Amino acid sequence: MSLVKCTLKELQDRFTRGDVSAVEIARAYFLRISVVESKVKAYITLNDKETILSQARELDESLSAWRKTEPLMAMPIAIKDNICTEGLPTTCGSRILGGFTPPYSATVVNALQAQQCLLIGKTNLDEFGMGSSTEYSAFGPSRNPWKLSSVPGGSSGGSAAAVAADECVAALGTDTGGSIRQPAACCGVVGLKPTYGRVSRYGLIAFASSLDQIGPITKDVMDAALMLNVLAGHDPRDSTSADNPVPDFTRAFKKKDVKKLKIGVPLEFFAEGLDPEVYDAVGEALAVLEDLGGTIEEVSLPHTGVAVATYYIVATAEASSNLARYDGVKYGFRAKENSDLLEMYRSTRQEGFGPEVKRRIMLGTYALSSGYYDAYYAKAQAVRTLIRQNFDRAFQDVDLLVTPVMPTPAFQLGEKIEDPLQMYLSDLYTISASLAGIPAISLPCGLSRKKLPIGMQILGRPFEEDVVLRAARAYELATDWHKKRPLIR
Amino acid sequence: MSIEISQVEHVADLARLQLSREELERFSRQLSRILTSMEELNAVDTTGIPGTTSVVVGDANVLREDERQPSLSQVHALSNAPEAVDGLFQVPQIISDR
Repeated sequence: MSLVKCTLKELQDRFTRGDVSAVEIARAYFLRISVVESKVKAYITLNDKETILSQARELDESLSAWRKTEPLMAMPIAIKDNICTEGLPTTCGSRILGGFTPPYSATVVNALQAQQCLLIGKTNLDEFGMGSSTEYSAFGPSRNPWKLSSVPGGSSGGSAAAVAADECVAALGTDTGGSIRQPAACCGVVGLKPTYGRVSRYGLIAFASSLDQIGPITKDVMDAALMLNVLAGHDPRDSTSADNPVPDFTRAFKKKDVKKLKIGVPLEFFAEGLDPEVYDAVGEALAVLEDLGGTIEEVSLPHTGVAVATYYIVATAEASSNLARYDGVKYGFRAKENSDLLEMYRSTRQEGFGPEVKRRIMLGTYALSSGYYDAYYAKAQAVRTLIRQNFDRAFQDVDLLVTPVMPTPAFQLGEKIEDPLQMYLSDLYTISASLAGIPAISLPCGLSRKKLPIGMQILGRPFEEDVVLRAARAYELATDWHKKRPLIR
Repeated sequence: MSIEISQVEHVADLARLQLSREELERFSRQLSRILTSMEELNAVDTTGIPGTTSVVVGDANVLREDERQPSLSQVHALSNAPEAVDGLFQVPQIISDR
């Protein structure tokens, strides 16, 4: 099998056995990138090929005949371009960070590099993570490897497309309202949003701090667990990171079934607006989980219908505050020809931010402004509490919840770009888990008639990623949707 | 819910955005529509429900000893500045000569 087709686990095993060298891995991936990247456009910045090759050469030379390696050693990994990488430009898909090269790396990047992975490059995203298609990137959209005229989803669309197109073996994404899970579903790969606090956000450029989480995008569920093993853990540099024990997540796979697990089906997620093909695919997936020993029961999350409105107030309010730091003083872009300081701020932000970021800054500023704060922001925070309580209640009865990831398969490029409200509604099924801070995984469970991937979502209790992963892996072993790969043309 | 152009201008001023005329008009239309759809929140009874500011388990201030720790050097901190002079960030003059 071609190297670039391998899962992380397979590539790891081949490297550990000595069947393949780090240099061979690096060459194979750069060759693959040279063939497909001009079509897929997954990356904003590719790391220097010679730098990676010399790193690979050193790895090969330092290894003796008896190979004891770190799990991610020599593994080609891509990083979403809102995560700081020392010495490698980090743009957030925005003009306003033009010329910015971080002076330090995010904690997750340090964790990956401590394992001597090959950092292939920085992937495309909607500007500052604000979008569901990568069409709001200042660098132009990425394409869906399954159909180049479709969006790869977003905001981590570049990472999902890179994994689906075999341009890296695994990638980091970030998820604020679905930005890992939704593009993973669009591209037919696996995306895991860990519990809020499970993975350090230090060095992740903030969009909405109470919602942002970093997580892996991978070719299968096994790989998601292998990545989470490296990413998870307490970090004193992120005061919201949890000081909880981190298990070896692959231990969850000892059980290859879902016996004794109660799986809830929230009725509100299967209502009006759900594409029949998606409905059927997730329904069949539930039947598989039942065959694997799970007990399926209907549950209700009554406030699901107001989750999108709640999210777009909370997230934009936090964003308007977080993005106040871009003033043309400390880093990034500064507009030319300014008569005074205030004009410099205003013109820098006007020229530096794209349309969606401005729209969200405006919405968030409005929601926080004097006279409107209680009606919008305080109200949304209270509704957020109700949404969390819905999940707490449901998880008293069931261990997991299963839902669709998206109402439809990937939409066409340009289809929703002029209608922000329609774009927001594509996050309908992923937003609730973000508001509640709970772990959720997206994995492939079908293909539409137009040969576009369909994803299902499994949600669990806080810090029970192991239960989520166990059910996802059991499903994966019983089916072969995760093995389907696009033919890029 | 209708957001007038004058309100958009006020919010843009708070957000330090120098919006064009065309953007003011577009945002007036779009924000009106988005905020109208958000009015559905008013139908939710939140009497006595505290707001969620954080989902962190054991929500409490995280403190540490006040000890010196390594931080960015001045050179590193200034390395991305659009303009820097004498080890400082440089910005347009704030106080007029007279």
